[in-house]
Amino acid sequence: MDTTDQAANGRSFGKGLGLKKSLMTLAASVMLATSAQAAVPATAEVNTTGLAVTDDTVTVGILHSITGTMAISEIGSVQAEKLAIDQINASGGVLGRQIEFVQEDGASDWPTFAEKSRKLLRQDNVAAIFGAWTSASRKAVLPVIEQYNGMLYYPTFYEGLEQSPNVVYTGQEATQQILASIDWAAETKGAKSFYLLGSDYIWPRTSNKIARKHIEDKLGLKVSGEEYYPLGHTQFNSVINKIKLRKPDVIFASVVGGSNVAFYKQMKAAGIDFTDEKPLLLTISVTEDEIRGIGGENVDGIYASMKYFQSLDNPNNKEFVAAFKEAYGDDMVIGDVTQAAYLGPWLWKAAVEKAGSFDIDKIREEFAGIEFTKAPEGYVRIHENHHLWSKTRIGQAQPDGQYKVVYETEELMEPDPFPEGYQ
Amino acid sequence: MKSSSPLKWFATREGLYYVALAVLLVVILPLALDPFRLNMVGKYLTYAFVAIGLVMCWGKAGILSLGQGVFFGLGGYCMAMFLKLEASTPEATAIQSTPGIPDFMDWNQLTELPWFWEPFHSFSFTLLAVIGVPVLLAFVIGFAMFTRRVGGVYFAIITQAIAAILTILIIGQQGYTGGVNGITDLQTLNGWDIRTDEARTILYFVCVGMLFLCLFVARLVQNRKLGRILVAMNAQENRVRFSGYDVAAFKIFVFCLAAAFAGVGGAMFTLIVGFMSPSFIGIVASIEMVIFCALGGRLSILGAVYGALLVNAAKSGFSESFPELWPFAMGALFIGVVLAFPNGLAGLYQTYVTPLEDKIFKRNKGAKLEAKPAEKAAEPKPTAEKTSDYDPMIDSYSPEKS
Amino acid sequence: MFDGYTSSELMSIFAMQGFAGLSLFSVFVLMALGLAIIFGQMGVINMAHGEFMILGAYTTYLTSGFFQSYLPSLFGGYFFVAMVLAFLICAALGAFVEWLMIRRLYHRPLDTLLATWGLSLIMQQAYRSIFGAREVGVDLPEWMMGAIQVTDLVELPINGLFVMIIALSIAVGVYFLMYRSGYGKKVRAVVQNRPMAEAVGINSAGIDRATFALGCGIAGVAGAAFTMIGSTGPSSGQAYIVDTFLVVVFGGAQSLIGTIVSAFGISQAQSTMEFFLSGSMAKVLTLLVVVGILMLRPEGLMALKVRR
Repeated sequence: MDTTDQAANGRSFGKGLGLKKSLMTLAASVMLATSAQAAVPATAEVNTTGLAVTDDTVTVGILHSITGTMAISEIGSVQAEKLAIDQINASGGVLGRQIEFVQEDGASDWPTFAEKSRKLLRQDNVAAIFGAWTSASRKAVLPVIEQYNGMLYYPTFYEGLEQSPNVVYTGQEATQQILASIDWAAETKGAKSFYLLGSDYIWPRTSNKIARKHIEDKLGLKVSGEEYYPLGHTQFNSVINKIKLRKPDVIFASVVGGSNVAFYKQMKAAGIDFTDEKPLLLTISVTEDEIRGIGGENVDGIYASMKYFQSLDNPNNKEFVAAFKEAYGDDMVIGDVTQAAYLGPWLWKAAVEKAGSFDIDKIREEFAGIEFTKAPEGYVRIHENHHLWSKTRIGQAQPDGQYKVVYETEELMEPDPFPEGYQ
Repeated sequence: MKSSSPLKWFATREGLYYVALAVLLVVILPLALDPFRLNMVGKYLTYAFVAIGLVMCWGKAGILSLGQGVFFGLGGYCMAMFLKLEASTPEATAIQSTPGIPDFMDWNQLTELPWFWEPFHSFSFTLLAVIGVPVLLAFVIGFAMFTRRVGGVYFAIITQAIAAILTILIIGQQGYTGGVNGITDLQTLNGWDIRTDEARTILYFVCVGMLFLCLFVARLVQNRKLGRILVAMNAQENRVRFSGYDVAAFKIFVFCLAAAFAGVGGAMFTLIVGFMSPSFIGIVASIEMVIFCALGGRLSILGAVYGALLVNAAKSGFSESFPELWPFAMGALFIGVVLAFPNGLAGLYQTYVTPLEDKIFKRNKGAKLEAKPAEKAAEPKPTAEKTSDYDPMIDSYSPEKS
Repeated sequence: MFDGYTSSELMSIFAMQGFAGLSLFSVFVLMALGLAIIFGQMGVINMAHGEFMILGAYTTYLTSGFFQSYLPSLFGGYFFVAMVLAFLICAALGAFVEWLMIRRLYHRPLDTLLATWGLSLIMQQAYRSIFGAREVGVDLPEWMMGAIQVTDLVELPINGLFVMIIALSIAVGVYFLMYRSGYGKKVRAVVQNRPMAEAVGINSAGIDRATFALGCGIAGVAGAAFTMIGSTGPSSGQAYIVDTFLVVVFGGAQSLIGTIVSAFGISQAQSTMEFFLSGSMAKVLTLLVVVGILMLRPEGLMALKVRR
């Protein structure tokens, strides 16, 4: 499936991924329309705020970077959102209406994100926006969404410290990702000392702050070092020497972007074999997508803390992975953010149907408690603070680029974007 | 050059160009565009400030600065700090652990405002800082460089390094600066909500007004002896030095002028767009600002405005319809402007359209003669880059250069 | 920070850190040599230098794939083939670019800067369109991975050594080329006094083209070497440019020794500071020191005599 073509259309009113699927969708909707005519609520009832809703369709917006440095990461989210929309349409749509989408390109440029979000809300009157990826893009979009009362479904795991009534955060926030993983390292692997290493910007810094508090105050263990390297930095020999010097039990890594590739290659070249687990490397920033660029053999043996891995063994995920590969190709990999993006349209649909309306204010009231049992990660539930209850999992990277799940929290982790005691 | 009464100037060719631009910006665009698109045009115009500054310091004086983003960003950050403080009153930030400070400081566990933020509670200080901080930095850099006769490529690379340094610092010190996210969620200016449509429209006109102010300042500089010295320095620096002028002082002046313009542009940008982030300071952003100037015509300050408008409009247009083609187009633009029309659109205009104008306005020969001296400095004549030291006799000196 | 270690441990730590510094040094040398040659010859900064490096890296990627599919038994030696190919391809493209663009822009170094920036945009987007926006992973043969155990505590990564050997070979090769060959003599003549050189019959245009191609070729080899230690993606070249420019400018134009000295100084300063401080601060401090020194001595460390 040539997704670059699709992605190349900055604005595409798209319904499907090919003629066959469109026909199927058409057939399904015709059938549903004729059989469920009476059940489709009137537009005037479900849309009192002037959103782009007709008797047959509802329009949503997709806002990601398909050009620029972030394109590598965000394309997966676009694919996932489109897949979800297709599947929803094939099963009858939302409140009997087929979903159409307007796709805009944020171009890895934050003012462009703000500009496009304003366009989506004011000119296209979309009922929901699935988008943003970096915190910076979300921050740029936030005032616009709040000013025009839109609803953004944001997929990336992030640092927390935010709770907007106009955003649903489908990715984990920092405490969900970090606390359970450090506990696991301490209990299961007997770790006593941690070396915190990240790229120099808000997400790693905030994550390490939380990690440090947990390690030192809650667990009484040691932090042997905390370091940051500028985004785009590529020479890690010095920090590798420091690590060899201090011999921490765990390296807690939140390096992102191109630095990731350089870091793991150089670690491997320095003779550090992660499968020995001396030190053990625990990361919160390497998903299956990143491994594609780094190379499976360079990260063999590292552990990652995410809520989703492509190798999760449950019926939902098997269907999801199969559908994704059928749509986009057999060599696709699916990382945590991609799955979180997939959740967005489904959660929106659930909220709309529960509220019986597309109005933002009405669906907002219904968010708390909405469950999605068909989530590829198993099960999620929306919390009042607009984040998701989800399980945290630890996976060990295999040479083929997939993760083997070695640990899963028994309970769902409660999202806590403003954690007491960690601030 | 003596101009007769200012009113008569409007009837000269040069005056008409300015009037045409004014009509375009003040009448045609606001009528033709909805507030959303008008706001975008306002954003493009803020880049024009930087482009005008570059015309002065690069086109005329031959100093290529690849770090104008630094000054743009500094002006923008000053304004953003003021607006952010205003939006972070203790009442508005009651849910924070430390009310009364910006949100990003709170979640970086700062408990009080850093000292260098304090003065930005005052609007008048902010206005001074918007121009003062970039000018101060430009002065320091310019003094260090120009008194030692650093120029050309060296200077350009150093400005790049400074842009890189500032970007790393701002991103790293996120408690003080907002980091990579920048300073967002700006709401009111002295109580006036800047996010409404009317406010945006008013800000657009303010921006246009400031732009014309800068244009007039630039024109003033270029038409006086000062402007001629700059052009002379560009062509033959040593001769200007031997004639007794302090070349370094002039270079510092024009570099600071360009920095001041960029700072004003940055502040307007913050007001119009509603936030400021380090992505406008870096190397890529700074080099893009050069292309606005180059496309419009590096010797024409009016051309700079058109260049900024056109390139940004093309960028938005392309990225909506053909996002993958835009980098190719921009790269081709860089190369084309340098190779094919080094004097940009203004140069093309001069070559092709001006003769037509002459024919049409034959009867205005009188006014034309008067306009000629005023135009001479604005005329895009090919400028020789500084030639290498070892062959001072072989250069493209030509008698008709001013 | 040094308590609790025996003196032999401390010695090994310093040894490894010294090696890390040398490693960084060779990386800088590789990056900067190609650019220094072009800058010295024509006073031009090639802003597309990073993209030429990445072209070398992509060539290595393709060669690696080719060997894996068609010549798996020879996979161990593919890297040498890749480096040669990288050199040739980048040199060819460099010559083409010079013929197309650069030669029209003599006496206008600032314009060349802009034109080559445009070229870098085009090359980046071309990579994105051809290879995809994602980074590609380059498989290395077994013998290149891992480390050599010198003593109990001192381990030297093999690819670091490899990069050093490549850097050394190229530096030596360039030295011999510039100072011991006919071509080199012509290059130096043109650099010192172009009109006289032309007057004695040297084809300065041809020399320029060859030099530009040589500089781009070296960039390609550098890129090939960096696949071992860094990422290969459309915008990976951007990470190297500021450092490369600073090394070249700091060393002084027209002086290859200056480039090497400057690379040594900057790399040692940076890696030492990284060891004691954090990465970001080390980078900022290094940049500040370099800029500061440049402000005091703008012609760089070792430049030809210029009249002040």
